Amino acid sequence: MYKYDQYDQQLVNERVAQYRDQTRRYLAGELKEEEFRPLRLQNGLYIQRYAPMLRVAVPYGLLNSNQIRKIAHIARTYDKGYAHVSTRQNFQYNWPELKNVPDILAELATVQMHAIQTSGNCIRNVTTDQFAGIAPDEVVDPRPLAEILRQWSTFHPEFALLPRKFKFAVSGTTNDRAVVQMHDIGLEFYRNAANELLIKVWAGGGLGRTPILGEVIEEALPWQHMLTYAEAIIRVYNRHGRRDNAYKARIKILVKALGIEEFKRQVEAEWAFHKDGPNTITQAEFDRVAKFFTEPAYAQLADSDAGFDAKRAEEKAFANWVKRNVHAHRQPGYRAVTLSLKVTGVAPGDITDKQLDLVADLADKYSFGELRTTHEQNIVLSDVKLGDLYALWQEARAAGLATPNIGLITDIICCPGGSFCDLANAKSIPIAESIQQLFDDLDYQHDIGDLELNISGCMNSCGHHHVGHIGVLGVDKNDEEWYQVSIGGKQGNDASLGSVIGPSFAADEVAGVVKRLIDVYLENRTPEERFIDTVRRLGAAPFKERVYADRQPGKQKVEA
Amino acid sequence: MSNLIKLQNGAAAIVAVDGWQIVRLPVGEVEVKKQAGKVVLFKLTGAESATAEQIAATEIPAGKVVLPLSVWLARKAEFAARVAAGEVGVWLETHELVETLVADQPDLNVFPLIAVFIERFADGRAYSTGALLRSRFGFKGELRALGDVLRDQLFFLKRCGFDAFDIRADRSAEDALASLKDFSEPYQGATVIEQPVWRRHARG
Ligand code: SF4
Repeated sequence: MYKYDQYDQQLVNERVAQYRDQTRRYLAGELKEEEFRPLRLQNGLYIQRYAPMLRVAVPYGLLNSNQIRKIAHIARTYDKGYAHVSTRQNFQYNWPELKNVPDILAELATVQMHAIQTSGNCIRNVTTDQFAGIAPDEVVDPRPLAEILRQWSTFHPEFALLPRKFKFAVSGTTNDRAVVQMHDIGLEFYRNAANELLIKVWAGGGLGRTPILGEVIEEALPWQHMLTYAEAIIRVYNRHGRRDNAYKARIKILVKALGIEEFKRQVEAEWAFHKDGPNTITQAEFDRVAKFFTEPAYAQLADSDAGFDAKRAEEKAFANWVKRNVHAHRQPGYRAVTLSLKVTGVAPGDITDKQLDLVADLADKYSFGELRTTHEQNIVLSDVKLGDLYALWQEARAAGLATPNIGLITDIICCPGGSFCDLANAKSIPIAESIQQLFDDLDYQHDIGDLELNISGCMNSCGHHHVGHIGVLGVDKNDEEWYQVSIGGKQGNDASLGSVIGPSFAADEVAGVVKRLIDVYLENRTPEERFIDTVRRLGAAPFKERVYADRQPGKQKVEA
Repeated sequence: MSNLIKLQNGAAAIVAVDGWQIVRLPVGEVEVKKQAGKVVLFKLTGAESATAEQIAATEIPAGKVVLPLSVWLARKAEFAARVAAGEVGVWLETHELVETLVADQPDLNVFPLIAVFIERFADGRAYSTGALLRSRFGFKGELRALGDVLRDQLFFLKRCGFDAFDIRADRSAEDALASLKDFSEPYQGATVIEQPVWRRHARG
């Protein structure tokens, strides 16, 4: 993975010093709350319901074991002994003290980490596929260009105070796992017939109050122009995006208002001035960064292992885990493993300091010391030998990190919601827990199969409920917490936004509603159909009918 | 006491009041343009437009003056001699587009000074305005930030081409000087420091 040189390190150190002084001035009353606010946000610090929340950047989800140990150390020393993996592949702390944040940042800087631009109206952390560099369907490793993008966007002087937050996702696979269409800018890397590296550029996607999938603004941008083209897009947005209403300030609103054709025309006119400018990426710079993302020293192995096969035949629990949590790898004899952070009774994405230390040890022992965070809020060990899977499983299981539920109904994506987040309309973690409890039976979960259930505590949609096969959204009705349920959302190449099934539900009804949706699916599915396929084939009607069959709106509740 | 910081040959210093007078429109009935989903209105988000009466009523003192863009556009004929004497500058509101000025006056270097009034420090449009003035329209004179100018944005303003900063009156310009040096080697190329770090230095 990328390693800092003196310039990277100096910049991060200078940021710590800058933020230390800003915090000092705020605490001394020299900076007003509204003046400090964008400064702390651009360092990932929110002021939340009970305490500040600090978001630490994990660029494109890649970490090494030393960094994880530092995350654990900070959880222990400055927080309540746990950290949280966010839906943008970052780590979050829920209980740091404002005055300690400069010290936390200084600690992070010692392991080449920071919290720069993890929040605020600026260019945020770049996200990508968690299987970058190892996926069999990968055409282009997106990480070198993601790192080049990270460096360019860090403290970009012109784009430090945009109308609203700005998110990039990059992808280099045939099956998009980075949800590029959901981002302000999505970059899809591919090769043409002449084997040249090109970028399909999507713009104007985003969730939130007005969910919109991005549109293609450029089909075939040569990679050298990635930064100058992004500059043109963001300059148009910085100048003309709305600033009068936070809900209408994302680039998607500008793109919709202008129409993609007119927006593209403005971008192209602007780009004419940037094209071939100093930020044009050279082959030498690409190569310099790319050499950090070369393959680890893989052993030459057969793509089968007798011991592994035997254990899988003997132990159903292991076989279940392999089925859900072990993923294909392009190197023969290796697999990627997802450590599940979705245990019933624990908030989705939460992990304790002890588990973090163990994960670091597992990475060192089994996976070249590297790991990844996922936007589904789990952790991936990317390069595990087939022959090591059983031993790894046993260690992970002992630490509660081997729930065999990846991609199943209990692998819920869930934002912190009303338990922590100040913006929430409703709690989301207890809803996740009630669903996990109802579907706790593993055979039942495996029978239901692939299902993405996403929960957001408000319209900001951090839990990506719009693209969940089942989406749950917290809404506020007369100061009470209610939940709107939608079905038919999906991420990936055939992304779609879910549609709301009808009037919202009380907290204790939601799990029962999900159960009814699942029943309709189980009764109607064809053998090869996943939940989403059945929804697409039948439409929402039979699902709605079942859910509201015996329900008098506002009177009778839905029972499980 | 002056709160004006200027960069001269790369060095920042607080300078004594330099005679430039910022001319403001008289306060009047202002018409707030509403959003109607129309393209042009996006450019005027929250904009208050000056009325013809306000423009006509604006008093222009003798000496070196920095005029509101609207006054310059409407009354430029009055100032020909003073422009020739190098006594006229123009200032733009946060939302006003450089292109409006350039359409009227293609050679910006007739102005020794152009200023941008920053309505709210958190509004980053001034950054693009500065970058365009310098890199696209070749403005070489003094580029001054006015209004809600705070030390924590100075480094960015500097890199977008601003070289004078009128720090908000209730803050210390002396303290603010330090923030111009927040970072020593920025990553990306921009208006000031055009080359990205990997073109400036041999890296790894
Ligand atoms: S979706 Fe809303 S409640 Fe959930 S974390 Fe985001 S802002 Fe908070």
